[in-house]
Amino acid sequence: MEPIVHFRAAVALLGRFPALAGIDLDVMRGEIVLLRGPNGAGKTTVLRACAGLVPVVRGEATVLGHDLRRNAAGVRRRVALLGHASALYDELTVADNVTFWGRACRARPDDIAAALQLVGLDGRLRDVRVGRLSAGQRRRAALACLLARRPELWLLDEPHADLDHEARDLLDRLIRQAVDQGATVIMSSHDLDRALALAHRIVTLDAGMTADQRAAGAGPGTPAEALRGDGEATSETTAEVSHVA
Amino acid sequence: MWRDAALVAGRDLRIEARSRVTVHQVAPFALLVLVLFAFALDPARSILERATPGLYWITVLFSALLALSRSAALDETAGARDALRLSGLDPSGVFVGKSLAVAAELVVLEVLLGVGVIVLYGAEPAGVGLLAATCLAATVAVAATGTLYGALVSGLRVRETLLPLLLLPVLAPVLIGATRAFEAALGRAPADGWPWCGLLAAFAVLYSVAGALAYGTLLEGS
Repeated sequence: MEPIVHFRAAVALLGRFPALAGIDLDVMRGEIVLLRGPNGAGKTTVLRACAGLVPVVRGEATVLGHDLRRNAAGVRRRVALLGHASALYDELTVADNVTFWGRACRARPDDIAAALQLVGLDGRLRDVRVGRLSAGQRRRAALACLLARRPELWLLDEPHADLDHEARDLLDRLIRQAVDQGATVIMSSHDLDRALALAHRIVTLDAGMTADQRAAGAGPGTPAEALRGDGEATSETTAEVSHVA
Repeated sequence: MWRDAALVAGRDLRIEARSRVTVHQVAPFALLVLVLFAFALDPARSILERATPGLYWITVLFSALLALSRSAALDETAGARDALRLSGLDPSGVFVGKSLAVAAELVVLEVLLGVGVIVLYGAEPAGVGLLAATCLAATVAVAATGTLYGALVSGLRVRETLLPLLLLPVLAPVLIGATRAFEAALGRAPADGWPWCGLLAAFAVLYSVAGALAYGTLLEGS
């Protein structure tokens, strides 16, 4: 089976700075991949590159069959990026915002209504201006925008940030549902407990390069457990994963 | 493209309707400028009457700068530019939509300022057809050029001060053409004003086409 994300020695520049300095990454359909690494390791850039927002200038980079070096814009309608910024307009209501972004992505009215319902914003908050929402509510509105477009590839940059416990549970449930329905998820999160419970695989980045790839799991003694304990797992406790091989 | 344009224009106008920046800030600013011109030139009423077309269009341009700056800022905040790029909206449609929304705000301002110059400056409108055609062409020209330059300076920290600096010289032909056309209309010699109106129309078409073609590149580059 072909990976839906395939990066091989991929280099991406932010100005003149190589934010990705030869990254290797393969993600199969239906996988949940957690990107880890210190600040500046390139996690956000990988997500933005997968969305066709950061040009890849060297190496191989293919997402959902689109060669990012030839036509990065081609992939954009099939992916969704939930980043630090919510892309919501403060003056518009929750419903206005989700409807606008949904219609912009050619979403059906039913999908827009369902998205609002799924994140619990179809009640009294539906007609509240986004500028008056809490950070967590804004995050849920942004999640509704993502759900409305029914992306094949979810790119989540710190998706648990600003969310309360219930909303985090909801997000995790939605991610699992999407994956069950065939979507693929690449995420970065500092909420390791939750992220490790979700992820099928952990990719560690450092200085814009792939430092390590290993399987993830929630049980004791698994690589995820080792990561949770010491912050770093030894090579003896981890299993290298290579889907390409 | 037109579907996307309608969607974006609707969004910008809805934001404007909710925030009421045009009504509460831009329109009072425009009227204030008219009043200040009247104070400055009042001792010589004849000068004020002769200068009415130029003062009117200078006020429109200054007010338009506020509206254009705000329009450009809408897509600067909170990752909206990335979301636009990801949405798959036709960049030409985004350009046309944003231009139409600005044009709609400018039309409201021009009507308000028209009443202002009649009341404050004693202007007597004649050649209504020429006045309307001039307003239409100049409005489209200002909105299209401003939206294009707004995208050009987007992403820069100094965009709010840079936009007027770049835009006003480019809009000089619009100021000249609209002023001359208004002089002809108010001077009861409308026939002399139509060539100027034609110049404005050509300018409007030129910048509308250039904006529609270049907006995608500017959206990617910013």
